[in-house]
Amino acid sequence: MAFDSFSAFIAMEGHGPYVWACYGVFVVVFAAMMIWSARRNRAIIEACRRRFEQQEKTAGRDAGSKTAATFTRVEVSQD
Amino acid sequence: MWQFFHKLGSPKWFFGIATRFMPWLLASGLIILLAGLIWGLAFAPKDYLQGNSYRIIFIHVPTSFIAQSLYMMMAVAAVVTLVWRMKLADVFVKAVAPVGLMITFLSLFTGAVWGKPTWGTWWVWDARLTSMLILLFLYGGVIALDRAINDEKSAARAVAVLVLVGVVNIPIIKYSVEWWNTLHQPATLKLTEKPSMPMEMWVPLLLSVLGLYLLFGWLACLRMKTEILVREQRTRWVKELVMAGRR
Repeated sequence: MAFDSFSAFIAMEGHGPYVWACYGVFVVVFAAMMIWSARRNRAIIEACRRRFEQQEKTAGRDAGSKTAATFTRVEVSQD
Repeated sequence: MWQFFHKLGSPKWFFGIATRFMPWLLASGLIILLAGLIWGLAFAPKDYLQGNSYRIIFIHVPTSFIAQSLYMMMAVAAVVTLVWRMKLADVFVKAVAPVGLMITFLSLFTGAVWGKPTWGTWWVWDARLTSMLILLFLYGGVIALDRAINDEKSAARAVAVLVLVGVVNIPIIKYSVEWWNTLHQPATLKLTEKPSMPMEMWVPLLLSVLGLYLLFGWLACLRMKTEILVREQRTRWVKELVMAGRR
């Protein structure tokens, strides 16, 4: 430990506000970025799932002959 | 060889690989970064000249380091986009540009806060600080340009050109502390020389750089996966994947 006491650790000989502001902003901003990215990923998956479920429902209601062809789209390859 | 190249360009293949690596990237990144930061904050000795304010280095150097190397990665991806039209390269540029913006902001912010007790000012318009500010605008420009063009392929090409034009800024940032008089101190980490700081400061710094890199890798994988899902949402593999994870 480079400090004698906890209060010395917080104060950092007068440099505390600067050091802690940097660490605080870094943690908040980086964590926000991680959480935002994870939630956005989750939201896209949910949106896709809802759309596919909707498609399945409507496909069931349509004429039976059509259902087989609904998702036979060819996977697009790399150019 | 070509088969491997094609596989590498396949969004579906990347999606699988990224999913497998992400938990490891997240766990190792968090542990190593936390170790580096706590070591740097509480256990590293204080600097004989700057006192305790130098502890900002454990954030300032990793963020600055990634801000610049991320731009170089984007430039490589831009070349791949323009030459081979590889989709994944464009996905990468689009996914990480906001991360670059955030990390450059953090680098500038921590630099400004460090400057106050050390130089007596938050900001000076010298070469290093100004060129870093330009890097921030470049990241912002990439994001804005990509959003402004609706067509995916035109956007990819335009963004790639902008990224490549901006590369000229990177050597300016790197050598700005040597070419011009500046308040900024010279580079802390050099690959070719012995570290200029004692081991007790150097090791935690290295740990925080490594930890932040791993976390960045996690963020890049996650954001690329999101981008791939958006682009491939009408393909069969996305349907199978999404429906399989339903419950």
